[in-house]
This record gives sequence, C-alpha cells and structure tokens, in this order.
Amino acid sequence: MHWQIDLIILTFTIFCALAAITVKDLLSTAILFGAYSFMMCLLWAVMGAVDVAFTEASVGAGVSTVFFVAAVFRTGRRTKD
Amino acid sequence: MRFIALIIVFLCGGLLLYATADFPAWGDPNSPANSYLSPHFIEKSIEETGVPNLVTSVLADYRGFDTMFETAVVFCAGLACFLLLRNYDRKEENFYRHLPTGVIIQFKKGDKTLPVGKEFEHMDTEWVPYDLIIKTACRILIPFIQLYALYVVAHGDFSPGGGFQGGVIFGSSLILYAIAYNLRTLVQRIKEKMLGLFSAVGVLIYAGIGLICMILGGNFLDYGKLTQILPFDPGHIRAYGMLGVEIGVGITVMAVMVVIYVNIVSEGKHDEGL
Repeated sequence: MHWQIDLIILTFTIFCALAAITVKDLLSTAILFGAYSFMMCLLWAVMGAVDVAFTEASVGAGVSTVFFVAAVFRTGRRTKD
Repeated sequence: MRFIALIIVFLCGGLLLYATADFPAWGDPNSPANSYLSPHFIEKSIEETGVPNLVTSVLADYRGFDTMFETAVVFCAGLACFLLLRNYDRKEENFYRHLPTGVIIQFKKGDKTLPVGKEFEHMDTEWVPYDLIIKTACRILIPFIQLYALYVVAHGDFSPGGGFQGGVIFGSSLILYAIAYNLRTLVQRIKEKMLGLFSAVGVLIYAGIGLICMILGGNFLDYGKLTQILPFDPGHIRAYGMLGVEIGVGITVMAVMVVIYVNIVSEGKHDEGL
C-alpha cells in the first residue's frame, strides 16, 4: 500500500514541476508551484517527517504562493521565454 | 546554445542520479547517519531535555545555535526587502469616495487639504467593489487562524510545529486580512514601526535567553541553568527555555512575512495592493 501512494504522489510532483517551468502564464506558474509544494508536503508526511511536512505546507504552499502572486501582480503575467 | 545547456543539464542530472546509487537505502539502520548520533538523540533526548518531540529538542536545544542564526537570516530577509523596495514618494493623485452619495473626488499632487471623516473613503486606483461575503467570512476565520498559530507555537515541544510554522500561520492570517479588506486597513492596524520592532525583538528574545544562561554560569543557550531564576520543575526547565526561544522565532517570522508581503505588493509605497 505504501509504494502505490508514493508512486501517485511522485508522479503528480514531477507533473506539477514540469508544468510550472513550461507554462507561459506566470500566474499559472505560481499556482502550479503551490500545488508542487503541497505534493512535496504529502511526500514528507508519507515518509514520516511531519515537522518538515508542516513547514512545507505553511511556507511552500501557503505564504510563498502569496508572495509569487503579489510579485506577478506588480510585474507582468507573460514571460518571454 | 540552448542545446549545449540541455546537454550540460542532462550530464549533471545523470551524474547526480548515478551518485544516488551509493546512498544507503531509505531507513537503513546501519547507515552512517543512523549509527552514531541518531541513537543518542532517540534514546537520551527525553531524559536530557524533557521534551517529547525529538525534532524540537534537536532544533531548539542540541542545535540551538543553528536555529538562532536561521532566525537572524529570516530577519535579514525582511531587512533586505525593506531596504530594496521601500519607497517614500507620495502618490501622484488620490481618489476619495463620498460614501452616502457615491461621488468620487480626485486630488492632484499639490493638494494638502485631503477630506477626512467617516463619510469619505480613500480609494485604490483599481477599485473593486467590496464583497460582503468575503469580508464576513474572513472576519470570522481570522481569529481562529491566529488562535491555531498560537497553539502551534505553544505545542511545539509536544506535537509537530514550533515557532517557525506558527509565525508563518500568524503572518498569513494578517496577509489574509490585507487581501480581504485592503492594504491600507492592515497598515493602519499594524504600523510599519511596530513590524520592524517585532522582527528585531524576536531575535533579541532568542539571543537574550542565551545570554541569561551565560550570565547564570552555563554555556550559551544552556537552558538547565534557568532553574536559578524560574520557579519551575528542574525536569521541565529545558522545555520552558525552548518555549521562550520558539516564541522569539514566531514573533520574528510573523513580522517578516508581513513586511515582505506589504513591500512586494505595494512596490514599497504601502498604500494599495491586492
């Protein structure tokens, strides 16, 4: 049962990471990065590192997404490359 | 050029993947990391520190000096954000809305006689009508988020959590307040000076507890020496020392999160944002 959960979460993590660097819209990148952080958080929780998972959930998925959205709000949504 | 970069990336990635084959298996009890220091932490930490959560006892006691400088790094991040982005220029034009009639007044730069009183409301340039549902929901939600943040700080030695996570949750509740109402409401509620003061006070609390331990004749951050001034059970004195340190970390992190958010979202002008 353990490795199936691992496999599903890892697949989602890699999918989110690839999507975050290929998408042209920077707002989508911020949201995808939040999803990536949340998947990493689940991965830490599965491995038993609950403290790290907690930090990842609050900092990675929570506050840093807000910072990215704020930065996109003040710059631009489109990327050139 | 992009092709060469791709080759370099694949080479480095392949090398790293090749190197991971030499790592010990995950959870291997005979690996070097698990055979010297970890057994000591697992077997002795409760009797040495009196804290049930191993992670907190390592972070705040065995590695307390590390965590102090991590807090200092967070403080420096807030300071750098403030120094780079803070902009004291006044806005070119201000818009005020007369609440009973809905008339909007525009003020150019030179005007000093800005309307005051409860009938006039300062407007953002990109004004969005207030949403009653969002405001009410956030009004109910924010106190519970803050209560949860305090719980996370206070229970750092029993359950997962601690100063860092609690501080981030408290800071994000204030950011939610700024998003649900507007940035000016938050800046008026918590002054910029207070935020700067809080972010420094947290680091000072941490270093101060360390210094008190030194004055009482121990090493830096040797919480066991606090029994001389605090009337607590000597078995739990290290847990109380860690609680004080976690509170310091929480205050700094909370203030720095708000400083970074406010400076980024308003381009350092602290007037309007998301």
